Amino acid sequence: MSYLESRLKTVPTGFSKVFYLSWPLILLLTAISATGFLMLYSVAGGTLDTWAAPQMKRFGVGMVAMLIVAFVPIWFWRNMSLLAYLFALLLLIAVELFGAIGMGAQRWLEIGPLRIQPSELMKIALVMILAAYYDWLDLEKVSKPQWVALPVAIILLPTFLVLTQPDLGTAVMLVMGGGIVMLAAGVSLWYFGGVIALVVALVFGVMESRGTDWQLLHDYQYKRIDTFLDPSSDPLGAGYNIMQAQIALGSGGWSGRGFMQGTQSRLNFLPEKHTDFIFTTLAEEFGFVGAFSLLLLYAGVIAICLYSAVINRDRYSSLLTIGVAGSFFLFFAINMAMVMGLMPVVGVPLPLVSYGGTAMMILLAAFGLVQSAHVHRPR
Amino acid sequence: MRKSPRDTAESTREISRRAALLGGAMGAIVGVLGLRMRKMQLEQADQYRTLAEGNSVKIRLIPPARGLIYDRNGVLIAGNEQNYRVTITRESTDDLERTIAALQELIPISDSEALDILAELRKRAPTVPVTVADQLSWEEFSRLAVNAPALPGVTPEVGLSRSYPQGPDFAHVIGYVGPVSDYDLSRIEDPDPLLRIPKFQLGKLGIEAKYEENLRGQAGQRRVEVNSGGREMRELGRQEGDPGANLQLTLDHALQNFALARLGDESAAAVVMDVTNGDVMAIASAPSFDPNLFVRGISNADYRALTEDDHRPLADKTVQGQYPPGSTYKMVVALAGLEAGIIGPGDTEYCPGHFTVSGRRFHCWKRGGHGTVNLAKSLEQSCDVFYYELAMKVGIEKMSEMAKRLGIGVRHELPMSAVREGVAPTKDWKQQRFDQPWQIGDSINASIGQGYVLATPLQLAVMTSRIASGREISPRLVRAVDGTELPQTEAPDLGLSAAGLEQVRRGMFQVVNGSSGTARGSMIAAKEWRMAGKTGTSQVRNITAAERARGVVSNDDLPWNRRDHALFVCYAPFDAPRYAVAVVVEHGGGGSTAAAPIARDIMLFALAGGLPPLSAYPKAQQARMRTLLEGLELIAPATPGNTRTRV
Repeated sequence: MSYLESRLKTVPTGFSKVFYLSWPLILLLTAISATGFLMLYSVAGGTLDTWAAPQMKRFGVGMVAMLIVAFVPIWFWRNMSLLAYLFALLLLIAVELFGAIGMGAQRWLEIGPLRIQPSELMKIALVMILAAYYDWLDLEKVSKPQWVALPVAIILLPTFLVLTQPDLGTAVMLVMGGGIVMLAAGVSLWYFGGVIALVVALVFGVMESRGTDWQLLHDYQYKRIDTFLDPSSDPLGAGYNIMQAQIALGSGGWSGRGFMQGTQSRLNFLPEKHTDFIFTTLAEEFGFVGAFSLLLLYAGVIAICLYSAVINRDRYSSLLTIGVAGSFFLFFAINMAMVMGLMPVVGVPLPLVSYGGTAMMILLAAFGLVQSAHVHRPR
Repeated sequence: MRKSPRDTAESTREISRRAALLGGAMGAIVGVLGLRMRKMQLEQADQYRTLAEGNSVKIRLIPPARGLIYDRNGVLIAGNEQNYRVTITRESTDDLERTIAALQELIPISDSEALDILAELRKRAPTVPVTVADQLSWEEFSRLAVNAPALPGVTPEVGLSRSYPQGPDFAHVIGYVGPVSDYDLSRIEDPDPLLRIPKFQLGKLGIEAKYEENLRGQAGQRRVEVNSGGREMRELGRQEGDPGANLQLTLDHALQNFALARLGDESAAAVVMDVTNGDVMAIASAPSFDPNLFVRGISNADYRALTEDDHRPLADKTVQGQYPPGSTYKMVVALAGLEAGIIGPGDTEYCPGHFTVSGRRFHCWKRGGHGTVNLAKSLEQSCDVFYYELAMKVGIEKMSEMAKRLGIGVRHELPMSAVREGVAPTKDWKQQRFDQPWQIGDSINASIGQGYVLATPLQLAVMTSRIASGREISPRLVRAVDGTELPQTEAPDLGLSAAGLEQVRRGMFQVVNGSSGTARGSMIAAKEWRMAGKTGTSQVRNITAAERARGVVSNDDLPWNRRDHALFVCYAPFDAPRYAVAVVVEHGGGGSTAAAPIARDIMLFALAGGLPPLSAYPKAQQARMRTLLEGLELIAPATPGNTRTRV
């Protein structure tokens, strides 16, 4: 009998679980999603039907999914971890074979009326299996090379599949999300230092190799890097979006131009104004006050999750919560950094705000796991 | 799975340490993001706002260059030329009336035009540029360009406009383009945003209309930044459209030009076909008109002149004009008789000059009659009585069937406007059309191509091609689209007996070369180009018994529009047929005098690939032909790719 199961009597049962949910977390998620509805309404030029209404429907479905997941005991989910990972892996392979082509990359899988994006599912499944792995692994083995190699393989397998789609943004998020769980589990920091050193060396090598015989990337890939480093170098091409996004963001000022008053967004120059670049509209219409508030809401979600993870004495629960929080953090941090010109444009949506099919529902279901861990924690 | 309390405590401690580390890192990153926001939105806000103010981005359509049309040798028939024009955008002007008044000082715009423009501007969305004037001269355009900065909303533009360097030569075939009208928009279901561009040129007639989809091309897009005055500051992005597909026709521009010149002032049509593959080499309808007038917007006076002319220049007589084919129809009747086995090569009829059936008397054109006539002689001398007799035996149904096999009374799908079908009448047809039973006299009339029989000059050329080749030749006008040759299949055999065809051809040979042939005056002397043909003269009025008794009034004494139509069909060289020519001269008088000489000259031009050598004509005619040919107003021979000039 494990430690967790020995404490079962203290775990709430039945409907009373409702009182043990993390209500501040639900409140924050709702507030963030509501911001999304508002912005989708605005970028659609004041119509609900285009984006806002479908997004609200998905939020409703996602919330129900979250509650259902939350009511199921966390040890059930732990036992499901391997299955979830294998299932997501299978879907990834299926998408490779039969996936529909969306935006130039194979990402969607259509089963009847359902449009599934397996890479979204994988982000959560990966966190689950890593948490289960470290829950199972003896503490003293955590930093042994052979026991580090196994989770690395678990991470790299789906990453490789996602890369072939090709979807660089998701691949990066899988590696970093998995890395966060490994870090939380106590894997020696030397490994992380080593990987960072390797990446730095690689970047250096790639940049140095440009124009030589052993050039490592294609010319167009170098051009993209150039554009990132100096958007004005290519004002007619890719740099145009970045520049216009920054103009929109910057022109918001302290309090913004007011709801539905954003002139930049109105002019339809942003190709992804309802998805990846939606933050610019928020920043333009609500200014620094609005943009910074959203950042605080996101930070609040992370803080609540980290707190919940620290007070939870069940190893699987803690690692899972940190993993979900970490993935969520990567979402918004990468997106914001991207539109503010701190990072190259990699195509990561703003979580819960950007218009997106399955992403929102899966994310809410993942927070259901966090809630389940919170509700069923040993007391 | 089993963990001691000590392990659990250590795990919790480790996770807490790492969570603190992660939380710190994440907090730091959130801090960086917050600082970046602060920097952009607070410290640099003014700078970005200025950028935003001065910056409004508009999408403008780039009209694609319309596809070019070439003749079979690559000579340009329809091209595009630079067009200087000026547009006004309502949202960018302060005061429309004042702006237009200022424009009137710079370029010629009449007051009524100014009112039209004002109405147009008010009707359109404020962002849509409305063309105020186009086809401006370079001087006007440069004067405008200099003054434009003082006139907000006014934009001088250089665009492309259709032009037809060959002038009137191809007006009926190619048709013309014109600005999209509200009527066009209501008629066609075409969501192409290009059509919403004011004064966008759309094919209205002929090939320009039929091949509109190919010729138009795909619109491009320009993303431009405009300042608060609406003036374009710079171009941010440009996505070129695809120009329309080029067409290559089967027509020969020099032959077409010669045919039209040779038809002269007559109201007439000429069609030249390659009998080996159906290529239409020339298809001329005279008089013609200048399609360039329609592109620029034709003046009322010019238009009235065209519509009021009794020679109907706007009508395309080659495919829209339907004429009683007259004696040129005799080949149809002869072949029908031969195929049915009703007449053989040796069979003869006696022509006393008239033919009586059920109490009604039908006359031969030759009052005294032709005496004993066989098939070849019946064609050579165009004996009518022979065909009256034959029609009685063959019957109208078989004649109609043969006409359709030879291409008369069936529609030939050419990409031209209003292609007519002609009529190869049957008993049912008359019953349906006029609700009257077929009379025996109708068959008699049909046997010499009169009565209900109607054919277009194109159909006559097809008929001649089929007789000459023995194959089911179909006319073809477009040779290649977008550089890709259209597939061409070998025309199937007509299935007519070789012996029968040979007899008819022999008879046609005699028409031109026989000692008493009706077109003897139009024979070709050059041995290798000898021609076979058939004359036709079709009445446009009834000759009453009283007039016949008095003596038929000569054509010369009749008003123009009461005279007979003159027809001639021919092919050459007789031994190895290459071209078929059909000529119809409306109210020209006799086929042998009005149509055959024209057809011969056109045929010779086609065979010689240029002005016919005088040696091809009989000696006695050479002097006269020299004057005639030299008197024609022709174009200078062109080399492919060059536009040519009139001499």
